[in-house]
Amino acid sequence: MSFTLKIVLAVLGALGVIVVVTSFERPPVNVVQVGQRGTAMELVTNPRRVAAQLPRHAVPEPTPPLDAAGQKASEVYENVQVLGDLDANAFTRLMIGITAWVSPEQGCNYCHNPENLASDEVYTKVVTRRMLQMTKTINASWQAHVGQTGVTCYTCHRGKPIPEAVWSTDPDPRRTRGIIASAAGQNIASPAVGMSSLPHDPFTPFLLRDEPIRVIGTRPLPHGNPATIMGAEWTYGLMFHFSAATGQNCTFCHNTQNFGKWESSTPQRVTAWHGIRMVRELNNSYVEPLRPLWAANPHGPPERGDATQSRLGPGGDPWKVNCSTCHLGANRPLLGRSMLADYPELNAVTLGPLRSASR
Amino acid sequence: MAMLSFEKKYRVRGGTLVGGDLFDFWVGPFYVGFFGVTTIFFTVLGTLLILYGAALQGTFNVWTINIAPPDLSYGLAFAPIKEGGLWQLITICAIGAFVSWALRQAEISRKLGMGYHIPIAYGVAVFAYITLVVIRPLLMGAWGHGFPYGIFSHLDWVSNVGYQYLHFHYNPAHMIAISFFFATVLALSLHGALVLSALNPPKGEPVKTPEHENTFFRDLIGYSIGTLGIHRLGLFLALSAGFWSAVCIVISGPFWTRGWPEWWGWWLNLPIWS
Repeated sequence: MSFTLKIVLAVLGALGVIVVVTSFERPPVNVVQVGQRGTAMELVTNPRRVAAQLPRHAVPEPTPPLDAAGQKASEVYENVQVLGDLDANAFTRLMIGITAWVSPEQGCNYCHNPENLASDEVYTKVVTRRMLQMTKTINASWQAHVGQTGVTCYTCHRGKPIPEAVWSTDPDPRRTRGIIASAAGQNIASPAVGMSSLPHDPFTPFLLRDEPIRVIGTRPLPHGNPATIMGAEWTYGLMFHFSAATGQNCTFCHNTQNFGKWESSTPQRVTAWHGIRMVRELNNSYVEPLRPLWAANPHGPPERGDATQSRLGPGGDPWKVNCSTCHLGANRPLLGRSMLADYPELNAVTLGPLRSASR
Repeated sequence: MAMLSFEKKYRVRGGTLVGGDLFDFWVGPFYVGFFGVTTIFFTVLGTLLILYGAALQGTFNVWTINIAPPDLSYGLAFAPIKEGGLWQLITICAIGAFVSWALRQAEISRKLGMGYHIPIAYGVAVFAYITLVVIRPLLMGAWGHGFPYGIFSHLDWVSNVGYQYLHFHYNPAHMIAISFFFATVLALSLHGALVLSALNPPKGEPVKTPEHENTFFRDLIGYSIGTLGIHRLGLFLALSAGFWSAVCIVISGPFWTRGWPEWWGWWLNLPIWS
């Protein structure tokens, strides 16, 4: 063996050792059994990793409640369309809360014209109204997913005008020409699908459109299964997203002996089933209809501060909701602590049509 | 069973690992030895315990008999017999029988003055089993991480464990193990085909020699590993397959808790392209 070859092999070996030593985790690990013994229905976590992520799920201190003013917000202020039934002081307290949750750096002027707080000229105020209605809808109509814990603005926003985990339709990059131009969304190590090579945008078909997720046949072969292998890859990609969003593995919801069988699945699968439909409604009824406002203000309102991220994705569609938007890696957002309990004002939002949203 | 006339001279006493000449005899064609007795003991006891478990379960359908390990809550302690203790006893019996069998192979090798290649090769399979039911459960802190003894039930277990890490095909050791399994099959099929082709010439031609075999591969790919070398290669490939199988399961959980695709982040983050 030549000297040069020895050196090359030694360097490669050293690099290999570095990769092996630095890329893995170590015991002890935490495992929770969620099924009958011997079925490997288990949730495996690394306690050190979980501890490192705790700050991400911290809940801000609630503002102390104010004494009632005795007058409704709609009687004290002008143009209060969705929070008019609140006591005026409760209304003020909620405004302080929203500022802290959504635009702590930008302040009130992120949505309001300081010269005339009642004016709707800053588009973000119009968006906020619709978002308040969305919050109310989630808490009132989607308890099958959010339970009594509910959501507030903070569940998604976490102190940022644009939530950290959002998505927009990702057009398949055409990397070359001809018949191999499109890889059908595959072979890109996309964070959306856990760095696997599965189709990299599972959100558009399943969380915006209503394409069938189930690919497992319900009858024995050879009676046919209309799902395609490609369809299974898309479904698998969506499931990778669920896993990344909740920090759980497949056996959190499924007994993989039969993915589609409800009888052998865990109760969490029911919660997730409702969550999929909830996210679809949020994207179609609340986010997409606001597209013209963002299209007209692609860089945000005048008082955007440092938050200059485009309000539209690369494909020109607005940033939308997926599971990570709220969950951010925790199977229960904010580790299950309810902020809604401290802000019952959010349940008093009026759901009627808005005067300015149709502008 | 009849014994061939020359076999007697290979039936040499001595060379046992324990117990001197205790059980140092043959029954028909079989060498008994101390470890033959312990093999029988553990095999019969373990099988009876499985049948007891099947009776408790209420089925003798071989597909659905299931001896499940204890709940994780028992940790590394003994569990009640009907709540996984049976699995623990059967595991002890299985390891006792497998290790006895390997040591019996070692004793026969010693008697014949051979190398220990066979017990070592068999030991790799036993090592893979022990990795699955002892080493990994120890590392994860509960016997409940062992796999259930049952034809259908162990398949369900394998499926769920695979999906705990989202996509097991991205497990690097699984990749290596699968590659070795396929390479083993390729090497064995090439070897078998080569020997048979040399021994089965067209009608009227003489049987060919190992030199023909070597020449065939030299003509084909410029290199022949040789008659002894192919067996070294075969043993290496087969044992590597078993070894990396053991590695691929022992790293899943103790040394990686997330989806396997995510492990490849180090590759995606190499400074060459990131």
